[in-house]
Amino acid sequence: MPLDLLYFAWVREAIGKDGESVDRPDGVETVASLIGWLAARGGGYAEAFADPSRLRAAVDQAFVPLDTSIVRAREVAIFPPVTGG
Amino acid sequence: MISVRVQEEDFDPGAELARLEALGGGALASFTGLVRGDGGLVEMELEHYPGMTLKAVEGIVAEAVHRWPLLGVGVIHRHGRLRVGDRIVFVGVTSLRRGAALEACAFLIDWLKTGAPFWKRERFADGRTRWVEARAADDAAAARWTDR
Repeated sequence: MPLDLLYFAWVREAIGKDGESVDRPDGVETVASLIGWLAARGGGYAEAFADPSRLRAAVDQAFVPLDTSIVRAREVAIFPPVTGG
Repeated sequence: MISVRVQEEDFDPGAELARLEALGGGALASFTGLVRGDGGLVEMELEHYPGMTLKAVEGIVAEAVHRWPLLGVGVIHRHGRLRVGDRIVFVGVTSLRRGAALEACAFLIDWLKTGAPFWKRERFADGRTRWVEARAADDAAAARWTDR
């Protein structure tokens, strides 16, 4: 099942696109490991995902900690801490 | 009576207050957030997560309704490009008495800052732009409600 990825704010700008669909590789089972896998692509990905402590995530449109499983996820969003209000 | 809107257009706080006043409570508290022009800021752009934003804000409102005896809640959060002085966010809460209205209003704006998927980018007069960083003070303001 393809996994939809969404990027926001400076994560989106560093990567140069607002999202993409990927096939989740075996062994990539949490948001944190997804971030590591994406960072290994280099370029803007390496820049955006260099420091996971600056990143937050939502799985299927709910905020989650980075150690959350993505095995059954349809949509994962990765972004900086929110600044609404 | 709960109303939650996420929109690009401006809104009329007076109309929102009138709607809440008509619900018959003895107390109405509201907050309006505006774009500040300090540091040479000329424009603010609010990005959001369209598939999730409304759900997240509705979840925060549901939490307020669970905690306080409210007669009505109105929340409006804008996105897109905003100029100095423009309205960004409105929170209005009505209850029988002032305590619940004031507390719920403060809770809502504190949680909107840290619990809704918005990101602000500032644009300055000299052309510089920068993403607003989350502030520890905002996290602390939101956290003070979790101990209750």
